[in-house]
Amino acid sequence: MTGNEAIAEAAIQAGCRHFFGYPITPQSELPEYMSKRLPEVGGVFLQAESEVAAINMLFGAAGAELPCVIVNIMRGGPGLGGIQPSQSDYFQATKGGGHGDYHLLVFAPHTIQEAVSLTMDAFDLADKYRNPVMVLGDGNMGQMMEPVVFKKNSGLKLPEKRWALTGAKGRPVNLIKSLYLDPQALEKHNLEINRKIQEMIANEVRVETYSVEDAEIVIVAYGTVARIAKTAIRVLRERGFKVGMIRPITVFPFPYSTFEEISGDLRKFLVVEMSLGQMVEDVKLGVCGKAPVEFYGRTGGVVPTYDEIVTETERLFKGVP
Amino acid sequence: MQVEQVKVFTRPKTLRPVVTHYCPGCGHGIVARLIAEIIDEFGIAEKTVGVAPVGCSVLLYNYLDIDMFEAAHGRAPAVATGCKRVHPELAVFTYQGDGDFASIGTAEAVHAAARGELITTIFINNAIYGMTGGQMAPTTLLGQKTSTSPQGRNSKVAGFPIRMAELLATLEGAKYIARTAVHDPKNVIQTKKSIRRAFETQLKGLGYSMVEILSQCPIGWHMTPPESTKWVQEKMMQYYPLGEFKISKEV
Amino acid sequence: MEKTAKKSLYANVIMAGFGGQGLMFIGKLLAYSGMKNGKHVTWIPSYGPEMRGGTANCTVVISDEEIGSPVITSPQALIIMNNPSLEAFESRLEPEGFLFLNSSLITQKIARNDIDIISIPANDIALEVGERRVANMVMLGAYIERTKVVPKESIYDGLKGFFGDKVKFLDVNIKAFERGISHSE
Repeated sequence: MTGNEAIAEAAIQAGCRHFFGYPITPQSELPEYMSKRLPEVGGVFLQAESEVAAINMLFGAAGAELPCVIVNIMRGGPGLGGIQPSQSDYFQATKGGGHGDYHLLVFAPHTIQEAVSLTMDAFDLADKYRNPVMVLGDGNMGQMMEPVVFKKNSGLKLPEKRWALTGAKGRPVNLIKSLYLDPQALEKHNLEINRKIQEMIANEVRVETYSVEDAEIVIVAYGTVARIAKTAIRVLRERGFKVGMIRPITVFPFPYSTFEEISGDLRKFLVVEMSLGQMVEDVKLGVCGKAPVEFYGRTGGVVPTYDEIVTETERLFKGVP
Repeated sequence: MQVEQVKVFTRPKTLRPVVTHYCPGCGHGIVARLIAEIIDEFGIAEKTVGVAPVGCSVLLYNYLDIDMFEAAHGRAPAVATGCKRVHPELAVFTYQGDGDFASIGTAEAVHAAARGELITTIFINNAIYGMTGGQMAPTTLLGQKTSTSPQGRNSKVAGFPIRMAELLATLEGAKYIARTAVHDPKNVIQTKKSIRRAFETQLKGLGYSMVEILSQCPIGWHMTPPESTKWVQEKMMQYYPLGEFKISKEV
Repeated sequence: MEKTAKKSLYANVIMAGFGGQGLMFIGKLLAYSGMKNGKHVTWIPSYGPEMRGGTANCTVVISDEEIGSPVITSPQALIIMNNPSLEAFESRLEPEGFLFLNSSLITQKIARNDIDIISIPANDIALEVGERRVANMVMLGAYIERTKVVPKESIYDGLKGFFGDKVKFLDVNIKAFERGISHSE
């Protein structure tokens, strides 16, 4: 299946029955798949007139402090940019895309199988925290095909949705809003959101470390770039270079503590991204000045090759400026 | 001689006993009451969800004792669409001003109607941006002075006022479209009738319904309340004719 | 007794041609067959406006081990269906790699002499078997015969899965595939 189709199927298997979307390359296969599959399971598919309308339909279906899952298949920006793969929305996804004090929980899968399992987890965690969860992929991830296995849902016990608007039969009325004209009330609201965010930071960090035990240079990458880096690391190891990788699986909350733990002979970190270095800031926060943090990136829809990563890493080993 | 006391006027149950934020002479409060009366008369308070977006309309959730959404500016029909599609058993309505429905949210308005969403829109047209302090609205009349058209609206600069009722009536999915006013008792009664027909159109599953209500905004217009009702009658109704532009025979 | 350590499989190929020549299809078919044989596989297409009329290409990786990069800089093999694709990819083929050329349409000279060139008049063969659209299957047959990445039987199974009871299409695709095999032998 393509990543787009696999994410769609994972969503359905996680219990998603309502989909509001708008086709745009490189994620159009997702609404296409949903339009075919949702009616089969008694769900609702609606093609909205715009992305703006789609997210508001979702809002209507669920309500503010939305327990919803948003899939962002990134393409090159800024603005309309292009349609080729990119990781240009890291800041937007992890630092808050709108105004206000809030964060999304953001998963960054690097294979389609992982996209499937993270999408299913995303539905659970969205409900658990009553907070939007994002699955952050890129054009490659959406278009690529890989075999996938669909595993049973987690069976996580989810809180009852007492806040939902269903008609106030037999209960006090519910109100879903984000307007708090009284600053004291808004502060209280924000502190409550922050409490959930802190809970996510404490409990939901996921990270993979790959050959870091003896590594002298640790590559930091997520998503598609991480799997390209794995190939580069194999090549580099064959040539005798001690290289490993830290791969954040959640980019928010970011696995800062993993960086603190890596020490020893470590010479350098090399952050590789399909952007001009949006994750570098988080890596530097994690490393906290204990080692140099270098960066290599391609942007505008250009995918870095493993050759480029190999060359760049070898250059760092040789100490060539 | 025995005098029998008959209660002829009372607060509808769905209207909360609170003081509204509406300015003196404003039409919003009348419409809020009419909606509450209709909800009570249909007996659907426990299966109705309202959507109020940005503008003077937003605080409707403080006045109606039903489940309510606050929506982002212009997006109420999309929010209502999502709600209705997931809960087809509910009665879902949006309560929108002219800035919301006829300017920032025109795309959502047109497409909800074109899809024939089973929702009802109550659209308050007062020819001005009330909440933000009297700026030009898409419905501001030609020559009308506002804080952003200080010389009066000029069509060469700001184009022409939009007639939403006529516009939406051209769409197949729209099944009840009317324009009414609330500046005098006769028109208030007609407005209530139209709101009833709009809800009926939804409850019978016929299609999209919308009532555009010409409403006075004395503060925004810099008039006394009596002057403002006269202005509705003499100026607004000239450009915005009242009537039912579309109605199903089942209603 | 001769000791033979079974080398683990790792194969990749880029297939390129005009949109409509069926490259995406044979790429998926190959990936699907690899999957049915218990391998790790990735299939990644070029996508975008160039898919309409211009060149379209996809990359398939089949491996015993987990696949790192699905994007390949220097492929082990190329299946090339037209001149523009030859121009785009010839220099990227790894030394001693296989270049499968559709000689019915490709008129350009090959500059390199460090590669293994297999010329197949795929469009002519397709016309001979009676369906001009199956030139892609001729090329796939040649590729499978030469590289043995997956057993040819699994391609038959895959085709059956795609065409179901449309026996006419199935037969002509198999015929084209087999002609590709014999041409490559």
